[in-house]
Amino acid sequence: MTEVLLDADAIARAVRRMASEIVEASRGVGSLAIVGIRRGGEVLSVRLAEAIAQQEGATIPIGLVDIAFYRDDAAMALPDPKIGPSQVPFDPTGRDVVLVDDVLQTGRTVRAAIDCLLDYGRPRRIWLAALVDRGGRELPIAADFVGRRVEVPVGAKVRVELGAVASDRATDRAYVEPKKERA
Amino acid sequence: MSGLAHLLDLRALSRDEVTQILDTSEAFFEVSRRPVRKVPTLRGKTIVNLFYEASTRTRTSFEIAAKRLSADAVNMTVSTSSVSKGETLYDTCKTLEAMHPDVVVIRHSASGAPHYVASKLRCGVVNAGDGMHAHPTQGLLDAFTIRRAKGTLEGLTVTIVGDVAHSRVARCNSVLLRKFGCRVRVVGPRTLVPPRFAEAFDVEVFHELAPALEGADVVMCLRIQRERLQDALLPSLREYSRTFGIGNAQLALAKKDAIVMHPGPMNRGVEIAHDVADGPQSVVLEQVEAGVAVRMAVLYLLAGGDDAIRSAGSAADEAPMREGAA
Repeated sequence: MTEVLLDADAIARAVRRMASEIVEASRGVGSLAIVGIRRGGEVLSVRLAEAIAQQEGATIPIGLVDIAFYRDDAAMALPDPKIGPSQVPFDPTGRDVVLVDDVLQTGRTVRAAIDCLLDYGRPRRIWLAALVDRGGRELPIAADFVGRRVEVPVGAKVRVELGAVASDRATDRAYVEPKKERA
Repeated sequence: MSGLAHLLDLRALSRDEVTQILDTSEAFFEVSRRPVRKVPTLRGKTIVNLFYEASTRTRTSFEIAAKRLSADAVNMTVSTSSVSKGETLYDTCKTLEAMHPDVVVIRHSASGAPHYVASKLRCGVVNAGDGMHAHPTQGLLDAFTIRRAKGTLEGLTVTIVGDVAHSRVARCNSVLLRKFGCRVRVVGPRTLVPPRFAEAFDVEVFHELAPALEGADVVMCLRIQRERLQDALLPSLREYSRTFGIGNAQLALAKKDAIVMHPGPMNRGVEIAHDVADGPQSVVLEQVEAGVAVRMAVLYLLAGGDDAIRSAGSAADEAPMREGAA
């Protein structure tokens, strides 16, 4: 059975609220930048930047990092067949950078994303925003801006589906995918 | 790409596998343009460059690729003198294996040597050029450069000019580009294009420059080696340059937006004119830059990966976080 964590309306509200919280926490949006973690954080980072732009009337620089090269199991795990280039088209040095992912669980992806971001410069601060914090941390990492916190058992998967363009947003949802029975 | 154990010959790769290597190379290409040009991906891995033929460029390119991946790169340049000391390739392999490398990159003057080495070693082997046979990373870096310049490989006309007979570059490019439906033309003097090359590689053979260049999207010059004069395959470099050299007048026969490539090192004024080598259509330096990215991708795909660990589940842990948005 699929348990819906956030439907389209709830996601829209969560994004607006997280955007306001980010604006409030920053010293002014001039020094703010958003960096999505590929691939789950890609669409969400754009949504957050849009929401902030709407509220503050200023465009926020957006970047994207692929953490495949920084995984702590990179040397042991199978190569990732779908790596994309990281794109950080601004100097993060001195900025308040919000790393964005859709689901936060172990924290290992975030650790890798921080390492990747630091190779581009030295931000003044790095914050973390996640649409769903499902618990199950394996590293001492916490999110600063969260859409919904929920404890999900380790075996289950949390999926987030976000439409890439505005017209697809009606079907946005975050849900728990039940454990597959092994055939 | 769990199936990639070695990279010996592009013939063994499917079109999808080539595309995957090129896509992965795109990600590594970006790394070389960052303020910090190094990623921790292959920390703790050892890559041995075993070069039986001098090739500073290729060796340096592999070395930089390994270092930007945080692997330890060791160069073994085996001069002909130490071979004459009597160690067989087999013993060299076994000696190497005892040092537990993760990948061995080999350049050898004998065609097939890397295949032999791959059959004797338990680690991954990359062919960095064997005799007149294959040089897969060259083919891949050329394809990467073309794809970046033209947006696609599909449907392009590529003209390869020069010493086709002795060229690994001509062979590996023909093999790869034909997989993507490119029209491949090779052109050179009759002494430097082997008989039945057209059938063997499914390409068009020309012995005159003008018709071969007409409508080309890519003009690829091959290096002319001076030894060919001693072999009496060419009367003189001047005559070669006049008949097969690429100058601005010759380049004008190709498409207006054609790119000019050269695997290096260039003989300026012989196979390629100064103006062309330094001209706006030249992508010679882009090829060098692509070389590092493609070699990083190949080393990553070969050195990363351990099925046992993967099935134990450590790679799957992060999956929910990485597969979120469709």
